[in-house]
Amino acid sequence: MDSEIIKVSGLWKAFGGHEVLRGVDLSIPEGKITTIIGKSGTGKSVLLKNIIGILKPDRGEIFFEGRDLTKMKNQELLELRRNMGYLFQDAALFDFMSVEENICFPLVEQLGLRDGAELRKRVERLLELVELPGIEKKYPSELSGGMRKRVGLARAIAVEPRIVLFDEPTTGLDPILAESIDQLIVRVNRELGMTCIVISHDIASIFGFTDRLALLYDGVIEFDGTPEEAKRSDHRILRQFISNSFRQIDSER
Amino acid sequence: MGFFEKIGLYIIKLFGDIRDFAVFLAECCRWMFIPPYRFGQIADHTERIGLQSIGIVAVSTFTTGMILALQLVNIMRIFRAEIYAGAAVAMAMSRELAPVITAFVLVARNGSSMTAEIGSMKVTEQIDAMETMAVSPLRYLVVPRLFASIFTFPALTAIANVVGVYGGYFIATKIMQVNSEAYLHMMYFLVDPDDIWTGLVKAVVFGFLVTVICCYHGLMTSGGAKGLGRRTTAAVVQSTITVLIADYILTYIFINFCGL
Repeated sequence: MDSEIIKVSGLWKAFGGHEVLRGVDLSIPEGKITTIIGKSGTGKSVLLKNIIGILKPDRGEIFFEGRDLTKMKNQELLELRRNMGYLFQDAALFDFMSVEENICFPLVEQLGLRDGAELRKRVERLLELVELPGIEKKYPSELSGGMRKRVGLARAIAVEPRIVLFDEPTTGLDPILAESIDQLIVRVNRELGMTCIVISHDIASIFGFTDRLALLYDGVIEFDGTPEEAKRSDHRILRQFISNSFRQIDSER
Repeated sequence: MGFFEKIGLYIIKLFGDIRDFAVFLAECCRWMFIPPYRFGQIADHTERIGLQSIGIVAVSTFTTGMILALQLVNIMRIFRAEIYAGAAVAMAMSRELAPVITAFVLVARNGSSMTAEIGSMKVTEQIDAMETMAVSPLRYLVVPRLFASIFTFPALTAIANVVGVYGGYFIATKIMQVNSEAYLHMMYFLVDPDDIWTGLVKAVVFGFLVTVICCYHGLMTSGGAKGLGRRTTAAVVQSTITVLIADYILTYIFINFCGL
């Protein structure tokens, strides 16, 4: 049994009377890749934002190594976020900063690094990791969608967090770019040992690398298991999801 | 939904908005007293709000001074009192017009851009990104702008005073042939340092209020480009009205409680 790093218990979240999450229960094993799948607009991003603490749940608990995030004071929450990195759907790079300044931001703000040479070395190393060396001086507006996501990933892992949350990392990318992002997720997990939580509706590609799969449907986790268990499962909605994704790939071929 | 239900929901929303703004205001005040201060950012915003606005503030107040002198000399000539026009222009400029017009110009030029910049960061999740990196957007984005405004609003008001008074002097003495020595003498004789500093105090208050309102709307932006447009309009309208209301309250306090 893997030790769990995050446990979500009975999580509820509504916006203006519309209940998005209706009692989510989920365990995230440490050092593994967990992928949360589900239709668009079912609250996958809301779940991630609750986990990292930028949204507050209406009800329920989120435990990080046994400590309840929902009961933490602001300062405790800020300190806890040093353990987490977040790659946003559109990377959310600061558009008034260069690539170098974007990656330096968490290093300066969270780790308090001030030494210019040390910062440059770290930025260089991170950009090599995401296979984009030499773009330090470029601005986000000069980068393609795929490049922005890679820089976003470099920024998310800059402080070497224990958990990285990926919000639809391959949405809007062509299949080749999407595959390279998938490979990066695997590298982050296997080489750097970071726990990864990935949100995706690209089910076919995630089967290749995810350790666990959770289906969020109608505000609750309908399925939680390994990809093999998912393949064998006779859960109606999960079957529908899987068959639709593979049918789409077949038709594309 | 019935009529009374709609009114009820509107009142609940209004009180919710007031509560949110009050919390935001209190947080701004709190963070302003907690070091470290981001001097680089404060300098950057001071340059953008201050240096880059000197031209437009100068043109606006020079014109205002000219118009004021034109009207006052014309009216005062009826009573053969046109030499007092200089004092009237200087007092009106330093007590009211310079701080208010400077604030209006800065609301239009900088307040709107504060809301648009922060609002566009909000809709593109850059604010959320900042929070995930354990950085308070209020501390990083709002507090440096607040300090910059508190420095630049009075500095630009001081410039506006000089330029506006010179605009009045130029029209009165060069165009309307008022005796320049008498005009300046009456101005020095009647204008008090209190007239100037009350205007500068007003400018500090306006700078604080405008920045808080504009940044608040930026951080509350939702609903994409349409929401951003709505928030920018609301920020400009509310800032302008707030400047006028604050001006009345401060003038009332200065006259009735400080004897100025």
